Amino acid sequence: MSTATATHDQHDHHPTGITRWLFTTNHKDIGTLYLWFSFIMLLTGGAMAMVIRAELLYPGMQVVDPNFFNMMTTMHGLIMVFGAIMPATVGLANWLIPMMIGAPDMALPRMNNWSFWILPFAALMLVAPMFMGGNFSSGQGPAFGWTFYQPLSGQYDKLAFFIFAVHLLGLSSIMGSINIIATILNMRAPGMTLMKMPLFVWTWLITAFLLIAVMPVLAGAVTMMLTDKYFGTSFFHAAGGGDPVLFQHVFWFFGHPEVYIMILPAFGIVSQIIPTFSRKPLFGYASMVYATAAIAFLSFIVWAHHMFTVGMPVAGELYFMYATVMIAVPTAVKVFNGTATMWKGSLTFETPMLWAVAFVFLFTIGGFTGLMLGVAPADFQYHDTYFVVAHFHYVLVTGALFAIIAAVYYWLPKWTGHMYDEKLAKIHFWVSAISVNVLFFPQHFLGLAGMPRRIPDYAVQFADWNFVSSIGGFVFGLSQILFLFIVIKTIRGGAKATDRVWDSADGLEWTVPSPAPYHTFETAPEIK
Amino acid sequence: MSAIQTINKKLVGFFCLALLAGPTSAWADYALNMTKGVTKISEEVYDLHMLVLIICTVVGIGVFGVIIYSLINHRKSKGAVAAQFHESTTVEVIWTTIPLVILILIAIPATGTLLKIEDSSDADVTIKVTGWQWKWQYDYLDENVSFFSSLSEASNKARQRDSGINVYDVKHYLLSVNEPIVVPVNKKVRILTTSNDVIHAWWVPALGLKRDAIPGYINESWFKAEKTGTYRGQCAELCGKDHGFMPIVVEVVDQDKYKQWVVAKQEQAIAEAAASGKAMSKSELMARGEKVYKGNCMACHQDKGQGLPPMFPALAGSKIATGPVKAHMDIVIHGKPGTAMQAFAQQLNDADLAAVITYERNSWGNSAGMVQPSDVKAAR
Repeated sequence: MSTATATHDQHDHHPTGITRWLFTTNHKDIGTLYLWFSFIMLLTGGAMAMVIRAELLYPGMQVVDPNFFNMMTTMHGLIMVFGAIMPATVGLANWLIPMMIGAPDMALPRMNNWSFWILPFAALMLVAPMFMGGNFSSGQGPAFGWTFYQPLSGQYDKLAFFIFAVHLLGLSSIMGSINIIATILNMRAPGMTLMKMPLFVWTWLITAFLLIAVMPVLAGAVTMMLTDKYFGTSFFHAAGGGDPVLFQHVFWFFGHPEVYIMILPAFGIVSQIIPTFSRKPLFGYASMVYATAAIAFLSFIVWAHHMFTVGMPVAGELYFMYATVMIAVPTAVKVFNGTATMWKGSLTFETPMLWAVAFVFLFTIGGFTGLMLGVAPADFQYHDTYFVVAHFHYVLVTGALFAIIAAVYYWLPKWTGHMYDEKLAKIHFWVSAISVNVLFFPQHFLGLAGMPRRIPDYAVQFADWNFVSSIGGFVFGLSQILFLFIVIKTIRGGAKATDRVWDSADGLEWTVPSPAPYHTFETAPEIK
Repeated sequence: MSAIQTINKKLVGFFCLALLAGPTSAWADYALNMTKGVTKISEEVYDLHMLVLIICTVVGIGVFGVIIYSLINHRKSKGAVAAQFHESTTVEVIWTTIPLVILILIAIPATGTLLKIEDSSDADVTIKVTGWQWKWQYDYLDENVSFFSSLSEASNKARQRDSGINVYDVKHYLLSVNEPIVVPVNKKVRILTTSNDVIHAWWVPALGLKRDAIPGYINESWFKAEKTGTYRGQCAELCGKDHGFMPIVVEVVDQDKYKQWVVAKQEQAIAEAAASGKAMSKSELMARGEKVYKGNCMACHQDKGQGLPPMFPALAGSKIATGPVKAHMDIVIHGKPGTAMQAFAQQLNDADLAAVITYERNSWGNSAGMVQPSDVKAAR
């Protein structure tokens, strides 16, 4: 017994200051690093969105030049996808998965450190060209859209920065995924069978497999771009016998699963939160697991619905239409399950629940427009318009981002040992939830009325809804500053959180003290 | 009236979605919905869009209704005690099957429309549409008519940053061109899209037609406009800096007017070809060159030749524009691979090229001599 205590004391020692963060192999520290990194990226990408909305506030060019505008849309997309949403869910995985499955840490702690510390350098490499124009307004960042379609991206003369940044991001993601899979498959506490795992763990397990499957495809695409640009190959150059459409096929074979990589962990989060505040078990645990797996499988066979207008054979178009609308089935199962879980529950509306309920409503709207977009003949009208912009922002902002914010409020007391300021948090929620709809809902109308996406200026008939959308955008953007304030306030102090935090929270992470000690589950817990 | 139309009409009436069915005058600027367009296809697409939208709305009202009922009535503060039911295979099977059936109901009409969209056989007129950064080239393949169409000068001036022009004063701001395409009404027009540089997309909402223009590919599509009028659209695929500034204007006219237009275009082409070989005076070259410069070069090299360095170099005082004339002609005629500087050999005739090169060599402080159409012909 005395030796056990001695080792325990030793374990709690960790370096302080900067070296603690540089050399850490602790899953909680690394989770924190990921979350802060993604927060910084969220604010950076958000600032770019503000530039976009400022330019689109009125017709005519007032704020930036067209090339700078394209750079903003491109960097906004890349930063939000690769810098904000993905690292945020990895951060949550790091903090939560070991605690949820009763493991002392991640399976591969040193690799864990490396997979985080690659990210800041990748991000620097991605944004560096923006500062290479002599002055900021003539920055030379990528301006070819986050989808970097060939041959347009081939015209960019600092392409190598972009390609190596993508390689590094991919490397980080693959290492992170291997770690998550190794942890989940090998380090569960005795008795924690796969079908007893919390849904967040399940969704991340499936996400990690998706990442390992598609990140090398993305790496292949950018490597072909690299050799096309600098070594005279012609994978994507029509003039040299290559095929620009091949690029799109390869990109979307990565890109479509990527969408689910961002949303599946969000499903997992919401499936944790809703039962807690409904005081009722999840309605269909097994069917939620199967639905997640079904969505993951379908995500690999629907990629060309992003490219209905490239001129595929009609048989191909029919196939991709049928396969795409099929995704509505498992997605509907998920929404119905969430609904049935709340039905006849005993509901309370603490902040995490508010965000989770908003997720169910607003993600479903994104799902509906997704179904509409899947219908190929109609997609010919929707494609590359603001209707698409509205669709994927409903899925990724009110979907993925809302779930991540819900997760932060839900587990913040566990991480910091303090309750957040409920009043401020509710203000944050209501301002965000209203303004985000003012921001994105009118974009449906703009797209249907014929406004293409990625344009810095527009015909005057689009002026009114753009104005409304921009106002919503500014409010939504500013309200995230409040989020930052609330998080910092909670870290610095606040009401002491209990171990369980929420009265009917279920799961191993709620059995350890708040804040969670530096090392948890050094001895495996018992699973009943 | 097709089957979907009938269903739609009933559904629209039933659920009072008149608001979504079309903007009334009070909503003129807050347009809400997709255009019905002026072709059978665009109408079918509109009906399909409405069908799916209505289904989604009904399902949404159902699901959200249940959730909202729960949120109101199953609150702890109202004394609700949580039931502990979960897992029910029957329920799971039901709510998996219902979406499946709905999807099949959507897929049937969608398949029919898609097959019609993709049948571009038996066309009356065939137009090849080539995308360029940032304008469109139209070739009427059987009529031997060919021309470029780019953003109108008025819009182009107004869209410059801090132009000082109120864009509301510009007619059809950003949706007007220097030369529209003209097509006959009630004739099947086949559109062949391709590109000379990057991917563009040719989109006119009222014609229900959007198709990518991809280098190395020729994509087929078609429309048959049933109403005369002017229909406007835009490039829909990000194609670089001025993606937002390459509109499309289609004038649908009756058969006689179309024939007259074709004859006039053919005569104009013959006259231009004859004029193209003649020597011109410096003032003629400068005047024509300024026009060509504004239409083709100014977007990147800017109105005072200052460019947007480093991506788009300045011409004022540049080595090329003040150095040996041969190098200058070479870069304008053949372009510079790997950059946005395109080859203008096919876009401009000898006279235009001579004029614009002369203009560039003698403006903004440059003074480097004249180029004649015959020089350009020799350099091609």
